[in-house]
Amino acid sequence: MPAPSRELPWFPGAILAALVLTAVFAPYLAPQSPTEGDITQKLIPPVWMERGEGRHPLGTDRFGRDVLSRVIYGSRISLVVSLLAIGLSGTFGTALGLISGYRGGFTDSLLMRFTDIGLSLPTILIAVVLVAVSEPSFRNVVLVISLLLWPRFARQIRGETLGIKEQDFVALAVVAGRSSTWIISRHIFPNVVPTLLVISTLQVGYVILLEGTLSFLGVGVPPPNPAWGLMIADGRGFLATAWWITLFPGVAMLLTVLAVNLMGDWLRDHLDPKLRQLGSRAETEPAAIEPVPEARPRGAAAGADGG
Amino acid sequence: MIEAIGLKKYFPVSSGFAIGSRGSVKALDGVSMKVGAGETLGIVGESGSGKTTLAKIILLLERPTAGSLRFDGKEVAAFTRDDLARYRRSVQAVFQDPYSSLNPRMRVEHIVAEPLPRDNGMSRAEKTERVREVLQLVGLRRDSGGLYPHEFSGGQRQRIAIARALVTYPKFIVLDEPVSALDVSIRAQILNLLKGLQEKLGLAYVIISHDLAAARYLATRLAVMYAGKLVETGECDAVYGEPLHPYTEALLSAALPLHPSARRQRIVLRGEVPNPVKPPDGCRFHPRCPKAMERCRNEEPEGREVKPGRFTACHLY
Repeated sequence: MPAPSRELPWFPGAILAALVLTAVFAPYLAPQSPTEGDITQKLIPPVWMERGEGRHPLGTDRFGRDVLSRVIYGSRISLVVSLLAIGLSGTFGTALGLISGYRGGFTDSLLMRFTDIGLSLPTILIAVVLVAVSEPSFRNVVLVISLLLWPRFARQIRGETLGIKEQDFVALAVVAGRSSTWIISRHIFPNVVPTLLVISTLQVGYVILLEGTLSFLGVGVPPPNPAWGLMIADGRGFLATAWWITLFPGVAMLLTVLAVNLMGDWLRDHLDPKLRQLGSRAETEPAAIEPVPEARPRGAAAGADGG
Repeated sequence: MIEAIGLKKYFPVSSGFAIGSRGSVKALDGVSMKVGAGETLGIVGESGSGKTTLAKIILLLERPTAGSLRFDGKEVAAFTRDDLARYRRSVQAVFQDPYSSLNPRMRVEHIVAEPLPRDNGMSRAEKTERVREVLQLVGLRRDSGGLYPHEFSGGQRQRIAIARALVTYPKFIVLDEPVSALDVSIRAQILNLLKGLQEKLGLAYVIISHDLAAARYLATRLAVMYAGKLVETGECDAVYGEPLHPYTEALLSAALPLHPSARRQRIVLRGEVPNPVKPPDGCRFHPRCPKAMERCRNEEPEGREVKPGRFTACHLY
């Protein structure tokens, strides 16, 4: 593995900055309403093509809604869903991982089997079950994504905790008479924060794709909200004649996921070199790879004397 | 003040899928010792002799398999909450690795204040003042509390670790290899600091070390461990002057003499430290002992007082 470059990640940084600004200032940037269209203006191609109109730079969909405006507003949905789902699953998974790793023994076995169950849930099946039992709603999307995501946090944080709790400062905190709650919150948690930051970033791409998948399947954000996945699903029937309905949200999603993954890789290399072997494979493979807590040189020096 | 009687610690060895355990590692096998107020007990022995396990039991980080540990005459196993809180205030520790023993994400003032109980009647200002006081006591700047550990050198970090151990006005500090991880040039400074603090504050120490010179510098009494057992105890100078147990003799002969031109005879031991899962029958040292007799193979020697104040477990006496 080459040494991480010292250069700042300007490419993903620029894209993410643009994404956030777009989401925040969507009402000022979007030329038209994202949800209301003029049916007489339907299926207008992008402006540079024949029949294209200046009012709809990226064309319109089958209800005459402006594609550009919908892509712009769609960034809000992707961003909010990602933040909420990662916040929710990250909090739950981290808490579980910390307790599991620090307590060890029976608690650990129990919580980790629970996590295994979480990891083995098939995404599409869950989505289909959801469609059968409930209405698609914004809240349900966040819940389902969190349900699929928390075990990744739990696993990774547990592994990290196992390494940290062997450090002498933890034993010394026990000698100082401090409680487990104190030790977890003051000693272990602050030391897993860099890892947490890295996994969170690496999950953003996964969440956006998952939200897209759920919306595409019709169990995600309900129409007429301008979710990117929903737009892709909408345009599917018109791929041959009106490809712009599908292409532009697809490109937006592609760029976003690419940027957050590059950013995550960069963060991982700079904040937490131990995670480097993990690679970004963790996003595509549902079975998160648990890193073996590596003996650190300093820890090894202390452990060498079994005395 | 602290007294251990027949402490044993066995770690079960489990073997893969087999249910239950196959034997156990006898890390500590019947160790008794006593440390009085203001006294320093040096515990020496090679790696794997059980020194650190003993320290962990004293610090209540491990529970002994058998035996009893008493603090001011009170059985530790029968401690009430208040007793435990008092023990935690009275007994502190300094460990070997000054990197691993300080949380890199905590400021020095919080590290040092950690042993202070939240409800001990001290106001925040008093606690801050106490932290400054101990920082000064260990030779650091009073105002270094706002810094993080990585801003200090190894020796300074060990001073921070010592400051933390002092903050609750303890009576007793367990020093587990306190200078082994430090540069040779820093060791004397830290040892002098520890000695000075002991005189000033009337502390009792247990110093665990494989560095005989460090142990000798601080210790008033010495205990030699081999394969989970105490083989010899006595006044430090007496043990150095006239080691009784053949293992002590060999161990001391491996240390540099105080005077460079002193005549020394090296006793080189053959063989390996015994497997702690299956220690040899009889005396644990007999396979390596230059003076082993037939009796050593079959009969385990008891620790006896063979001279006034000198205990050893050997059939020679």
